[in-house]
Amino acid sequence: MEVIKTDHLTKYYGKARGIVDLSLSVEEGEFFGFIGPNGAGKSTTIRLLMGLMRATSGSASIYGMNIGDNKKKILENTGYIPSEAMFYPGTTVSEILKLSAGLRHMDCSAEARRLCERLQLDPGKKTDELSLGNRKKTAIVCALQHRPGLYIFDEPTSGLDPLIQKEFFEILQERNAEGATIFLSSHILSEVQRWCSRAAVIREGRLAACGHITELAGTRAKRISVVCPDMHELREALQRILPPDSGSPVKDSPSVHGSSPNQDKNPLRGKAPVQGRNPIRDKNPLRDFRSGGNTASFLWQGDIKELLDGLSQVPYTDITVTEPDLSEIFMHFYEQEGSL
Amino acid sequence: MTLLKFELKRSRISLAVWTAAIASLLLICLIIFPDMKGQVNELNAAFSSMGSFTEAFGMDRLNFGELMGFYGLECGNILGIGGAFFAAYIGVSSLAGEEKNRTAEYLLTHPVSRTRIVAEKLLGIFCQILILNAVSMLTSIVVVQGIGEELQMKEFLLLHAAYLLLQAEIAAVCFAISAVLRKSGIGAGLGLAAILYFLNIIANLTEDAKWLKYITPFGYAEAADIITESSIDPAMAAVGACVTIAGIAAAFFIYERKDIY
Repeated sequence: MEVIKTDHLTKYYGKARGIVDLSLSVEEGEFFGFIGPNGAGKSTTIRLLMGLMRATSGSASIYGMNIGDNKKKILENTGYIPSEAMFYPGTTVSEILKLSAGLRHMDCSAEARRLCERLQLDPGKKTDELSLGNRKKTAIVCALQHRPGLYIFDEPTSGLDPLIQKEFFEILQERNAEGATIFLSSHILSEVQRWCSRAAVIREGRLAACGHITELAGTRAKRISVVCPDMHELREALQRILPPDSGSPVKDSPSVHGSSPNQDKNPLRGKAPVQGRNPIRDKNPLRDFRSGGNTASFLWQGDIKELLDGLSQVPYTDITVTEPDLSEIFMHFYEQEGSL
Repeated sequence: MTLLKFELKRSRISLAVWTAAIASLLLICLIIFPDMKGQVNELNAAFSSMGSFTEAFGMDRLNFGELMGFYGLECGNILGIGGAFFAAYIGVSSLAGEEKNRTAEYLLTHPVSRTRIVAEKLLGIFCQILILNAVSMLTSIVVVQGIGEELQMKEFLLLHAAYLLLQAEIAAVCFAISAVLRKSGIGAGLGLAAILYFLNIIANLTEDAKWLKYITPFGYAEAADIITESSIDPAMAAVGACVTIAGIAAAFFIYERKDIY
C-alpha cells in the first residue's frame, strides 16, 4: 500500500521556486530517505505533506487520502519533526509533551517517559533554556510518543550528538520493524545510506533520482585509482576513450571549499568540472579527475572494459576499482556545479 | 478545549499584570474622589476654561463633582485606553505569534483543524477581556462603596458594556491582522488602538469630523454621551458590532488558507 504519494506536486512562493513536478511514492513499512542540498525543496515537500501549505498544482495524498480534505485524520496517525523545532516560551518540556498528547486526546505519559529516558531529555527543563539538541529531542518525543504509523521528519538529526543520533535511529528501526513507515529528509548522505532502504534525491526543486539505496549508489559508477609514472600519457589515453561530444578535457577538478555535506576524507576529491545534470542524460562518463604525484583518481560511470582496454597502452603499475559512497555519487552525478 | 486551557495558562501572568495595573489605577482615582469633590467648584472652573481640550475629553458635559461624572472621565479614560491597548496587544500577537515564535509548525501538525485553533484562540482572547473587565468593574463597585458613594447602576453598566464592545472590536480587528502577519504585529496593533483613540478626540473637537465617531469604537464608548443620555448610540454600536463580526470572519477565512512556513 502506498502511504505517501505525490503527483506532479508543484509549489511556488510567488515567483520563487519551491518544488516543481515532484512525483514520489513511498510504500508502507519503508524507511525512506529524502536527500538534497539546502534549499533544494525538502522542507517545502514536507510542509506540503503535513498540510501546512497548499500546493500550487499537482496533488499529494497520504494513506490514499487527499491531504487538503483529510488533514485531521492523516495527522492523527503521523508524527512530525520540523527542521527548526521551537516551543512556547515560559513552559517546560513536560508541558509541551502533555499539550501535544492533549491535542491528540491521548495519554502518552508512559511512552513519553521511556523516550525521554532513552534520549536523555529532562522533562523538567524550561523551553527557554533548551539547547538546539534538547529542542530537537523534545520534538522527537512529541513525534514518537503517540506511536503513529507514519513518521515524517525534516532533518531530524541536526543538533544531536552522535550517541543520541544512534539511539534515535535505533528507536526508528524498532518502530520500522513494527511496521511503521518512515520518511526523513537529510543532507547527510551517510546517514541515509546507513539507515534507509530507499531514497529520493531532490535538486533545485526537482526529483533528480529515486530508487533503492543500492541502486542509487550503484549507478555503475566506480572510483578508479591508477598509479602511473607518466601522467601525461594517462591523460591522453583517457581523452581518447571519452566520447567526442563529452566536452570535458581530462584535467584536475577545482578543489572544494568547505561546503561538503559529508566528511570529506579523500583529499583528491573535489567538485566535478562537468555541466552534469543527470547520470542518465549526461554523456561524460568521467568525473572528478584528480591527480597528485604518480597517482590519478577519478569516478568512472561507463564500460569498465572499455576503460581498461583504453588504458592498456598506458604504463600503469597499479589500478584499484572501488565502490564509491553515496556522497560521491551525489556530489558528482546529481549535483549541479556550484549548487552546494 | 486543550488549546484554550493552555493559552489561558500561558497568558496568566500578562493578564494579571494588565488587570492589576488597570484595577489599581481605578482604585487610586476613586480613593482621591472625596478630596476632589471638596474642590469641585475650582476644578469645574479650571476644566471648563481649557478651551478645546474641555470638549475634546467631554468635560463640558460631565460634572466633576458628581461621582458618575468623575468616574466617566477619569476611570473611563483608564479603562478605555488601557483596555483598548490590552485588547490590541493580545489580539495582534495571537496567531502571528505562532509564526513569529515558530511554534505554528508544532501546533498545526497536530490533528486539530485550523478552524478549531482559531476558535479556541479567539475564545481565549475574549475570556481574558472578560476577566479584565469583570475585575475592573468589581474593583470600582467595592471602592465606591468603600468611599461612601453610590453608582448610578444603569449608566455604570452601559459604560462598561460599551468598553467591552470597544475592546472586542479592537481585539477582533487585530486578530484578523494577526491572521495575515507572519511576524509580530504588536506595533501595528498598539498603533491602531492609539489612532482610534485620537480619531475620537478629533471628532469631539470639530463638528465637521463628527462622522469619525462611526469609525472609531471610542465614538460609542464616549462617557459624556453615555452618562448624559443614559444610552449607547445604537448606530455607532451597530457599526462596531459589524466590524467585530467582520474581523472574526476574516480571521477564520484567512487562517484556513494561510501557508505556514
